Order: sequence, then structure tokens, then C-alpha cells
Amino acid sequence: MSKSILSARFQLDRPGFRLDVDLQLPCRGVIALFGHSGSGKTSLLRCIAGLETPRRGKLSLNGETWQDDNHFVPTHKRRLGYVFQEASLLPHLSARGNLNFAARRAAEVVTEAEHHRIVELLGIGPMLERPPAQLSGGERQRVAIGRALISKPRLLLMDEPLASLDQARKQEILPYLETLKTELDVPIIYVSHSPDEVARLADTLVAMEDGKIVASGPLTETLTRLDFPIKLGEEVGSVVEATVAERDAQWQLTKVTFDGGELWLRDSGHAIGRRVRVRVLARDVSLSLHQHNDTSIVNSLPAVVEEISTEQHPGMALVKLKLGNTPLVARLTHRSAHHLALAPGKPIWAQIKSVAIIQ
Amino acid sequence: MGFSAADLQAIWLTLRLATVVTLMLLLIATPIAWWLSRTRCRWKGVVSAVIALPLVLPPTVLGFYLLLAMGPNGPVGQLTQALGIGTLPFTFWGLVVASVIYSLPFVVQPIQNAMEAMGERPLEVAATLGAGSADTFFNVVLPLARPGFVTAAILGFTHTLGEFGVVLMIGGNIPGATRVISVQIYDHVEAMDYAQAHWLAGAMVLFSFAVLALLYSRKRPLLLK
Repeated sequence: MSKSILSARFQLDRPGFRLDVDLQLPCRGVIALFGHSGSGKTSLLRCIAGLETPRRGKLSLNGETWQDDNHFVPTHKRRLGYVFQEASLLPHLSARGNLNFAARRAAEVVTEAEHHRIVELLGIGPMLERPPAQLSGGERQRVAIGRALISKPRLLLMDEPLASLDQARKQEILPYLETLKTELDVPIIYVSHSPDEVARLADTLVAMEDGKIVASGPLTETLTRLDFPIKLGEEVGSVVEATVAERDAQWQLTKVTFDGGELWLRDSGHAIGRRVRVRVLARDVSLSLHQHNDTSIVNSLPAVVEEISTEQHPGMALVKLKLGNTPLVARLTHRSAHHLALAPGKPIWAQIKSVAIIQ
Repeated sequence: MGFSAADLQAIWLTLRLATVVTLMLLLIATPIAWWLSRTRCRWKGVVSAVIALPLVLPPTVLGFYLLLAMGPNGPVGQLTQALGIGTLPFTFWGLVVASVIYSLPFVVQPIQNAMEAMGERPLEVAATLGAGSADTFFNVVLPLARPGFVTAAILGFTHTLGEFGVVLMIGGNIPGATRVISVQIYDHVEAMDYAQAHWLAGAMVLFSFAVLALLYSRKRPLLLK
């Protein structure tokens, strides 16, 4: 796929709210629009879709202009897919009718095989004949995702597709979203306020606050910025891309390697060679001047201190480390930081208490 | 006893009138209802009020002005004469025009309510799926507003059946052209022919009751708000 660039600039005024963004992003993989509710994520997504008509706007994808001072390509000609927050299936059509509605209006012919592939990918085959009212919330959202994908959009926009679902339904849909990401070559802009979803899905992170973009960039680097403007509290952490290297059947453990070391974690059945994403929360990383062998902590890795800052609580420090090229964040008290005489450039051992494969 | 030939002629004329009027009303009311349900124009209130006028005006007032307008010296009358179709009062088509205006609110409102109730979301969904505005209107808006159309058609039809004042003002009492059931009943009563009046009046009660019972006992209530 050619390198695609999304360039967006919008000013939108609504009572009590102002969206003012200027964004240039490589448009591939999953771009997460992340922020608290009311930060303007959905408004930005709607502007990109053409569902809002901002006072001033410039929008282009791959050099094709969707909006500027003189042009406004209407939504139905933008060739995008949109998954709304709450189920939005057309109620007068069955699940199949909803898919067909999209397929018939696609810019390119949707072949039987492509149709079948989407149905298989989302596991919606058994429910195609049912009307939306007879589907569960999770099933409806899967059909809605299939409907958005079937017309082969050039860009898929998802507005908190999991927000209206309970925890069990979220877990039901997340694996499908991860499959989409790897199976389909369509860039996704994904709106979410959940750090967990972002860590699992995003490749690029765009953080929003009060209608403005406050940080953006590749997920790992952006998430570990100590000046990351959105307070994540207990969810501060980093995401590490790793490869499954070894499985220990006796102890039921899996070893993954990444640029900067290796980690042992609970075996989760992933095959050797598989790319996985691992999340390490800052609260689970402690620091030590020496490597200890008399501890229950399995993962102890050499690292270099890069930056130290104060967390929300004045007594707590966030320390950014580099393990090879991989950034990691540790949370500890300022007193500990002082005792260890932490300073940028100092070599240190990072002890990781807990780590989980999230994808 | 039973219906006389004149009664049957009145029944046939009434059904023909109500059918023609209902079809025309659905055609006219749909774009009006669509506009009213979506516009933010400041004239919306004025237009709604004009359409709702027949709900409150005495039929004679409406009939009086329609008679003047469609008469030889009225603006509509001058137009119809210029077009070579003569004047409309005391003709079947004069009754059709008057009935359309008289029953308009009964048809616009249920359709408008149904279109407002669906909200913006289905339209946005259709747009993201590649449907243009006409496509969306015919394949999303109309099917979703169907209950409103059913209510509108039934109310338009039955309301036209029951009209009397406007008919007298604009149509008079010409057998086969403007003498509808309600006028025929009036004639029977004037002639002290109560038995004959009973047949028609009773049939009207039964028919209207049956239709309304059907309307109200549907699973999803269809009536105004």
C-alpha cells in the first residue's frame, strides 16, 4: 500500500465547546483519538466523515481533497466506513439487509468471496437473517462493523464502538478488532477514552483535551512521554512490541524478546515467532542498583534512566527508562529516587513485577 | 329495505372521492412533512399554522373562502378558466381540491411525527454507507416512516368520508357529482325518511368504528403523538 497521509485542520464552534485542530498523520494501522469525554474526539471524527460542517476546515487523504474553502465532498462520496458508538443498524432491514445496503452502494463491486470473508471475520454468519431488534448489543456492533467494512472503505472511522457494551461484550468484540487490524489493509481512526483499548489496538496515538490535540505520535513513544498531558493515574505504563521466542512447558511460561531484552511471562498459548504486544504498567516496575537473584521477580533487565518527573501526587516520581530502544516507565517515590541517586544517563536494573500479553 | 339506488350512488361517489383525495394527500403531504421535520427555517411555525388551520376553523369558513377563490371571479377560478377547464365549484374535482385542503393536517402530522421520531442517525448511517440524499429518502426515510404513512392514509380517508360543511359550501348537492353520503343522509332527514337515513348513518358508524379499532389495536400505536 502506498504511503498515505491524513491531513486535517478544523475549527468548529458549538455552544460551550470549540474544536480547533491541525493534524498531519501517516494514515495506516490504527490511529487512536484518545481523551476524556467532552474532549472533542467524536467531533473531530464527525468532521473527518463530513457529518459536521465546520466553520473552517481543510481535509485531505492521500492528497485527495475532501474539504477546503471551496470544496466539500459529501459524506456519501468519501468512501469511508463509520461505526457509531451505539448500534446504528437500519431497523427496517435484517442483518443481511444491512450488509447488502452497504455492498450495493460500494464504489467497487463486492464479490461473493469478499462478502463471505467479512461475514467469517466477524463471525456473523448465524445471525444474518435476524432483524436488529433480535440481536444482542455485541452482535449488533459486529454486524455494524461488517457493514462498514464490506464496501472496502479507504478509511474506517470508529467512534467508541465498545463504549455502549458491558465488559463481557467488550471482550467478545476486541479480538475481532485485533483481527481486522492484522487481516485488512484499511487504516482505522479509533476514538476511545479507554487506555486499555488504546494499548491493545493503537499504532499511533492522538491525545485530545478541550477540543485541541495535546500530543500525537507513535503509540509507544507518545504513551511513555512523561509530559503526556492526559492524567492516566494507575494506567500509566508502556506498550512493548515483542516476539514469542520460547515456551517452557514445565513451568507454563513464555519468553518474548524485544529490542532491549527479553521477558518471561505466563504462557498464553501464542506460537513461537508470533508478534505480540505486551503492556507494562509503571506501578509494576521497580528499580534497583544491582541485579538481585534472591527475589521472586522473574524479569530483571538492565536499563538506563532517561528522564525523571513528578507524578500527580507530589511524593511520587515517574522515571522514564530506555531498554535498548524500548522506553519503559517506572513509578516510585521521590524518596526512593533520591536514595538511588537517579539521574539521566545512570545505568539501573528494572524489575518488572507483572507483565501481560494484550494482543 | 336497504340502500336505494341514490344511496348506492352516494356511497360510490364518496369512496371514489376519499380514495382520490387520500392518494393526492399522500403525494402532497410527504414533501411538506419532510421539509417541516428537517427545516430550521424561521417560517416553519407559520407554515405549520397554515396547515393546521382546518383543524380549528368551522368547515363553513373554509368552504366560504374556497368558494370565493374558485368562483368565476376568484384567483383560482380565473386560472382554471384561463386553462379552459371552467370553474371548480359544484364539480367532483372542486370537492377533491377542497377535501385535500380540509384533510391536509390529518395527513401531514402523522408523517411529520414519524420522520421526526427517526432522528438524524439513520440519515447519517445511510450517508456513511454511500447513499445520496434521494437514495436515502426512498430507501431509508420512507420505510422507516411507514407507520406514519399508514396512520396518515387512514385518517385522511376517514376524515374525507365524514366531511359535510365544506361539501355543502363548495359542492352543493348534485347526484353523482357532489352528493356524498353525509349530504344524502341530510336529505333523508330533511324528508323525514328516518329509516333510509338509519341505513346510511349506521353503515358510516360501523365502518368508521372498524377502521379506527384496527388503527388503535395495532401493536405499535400509530396515532398522532
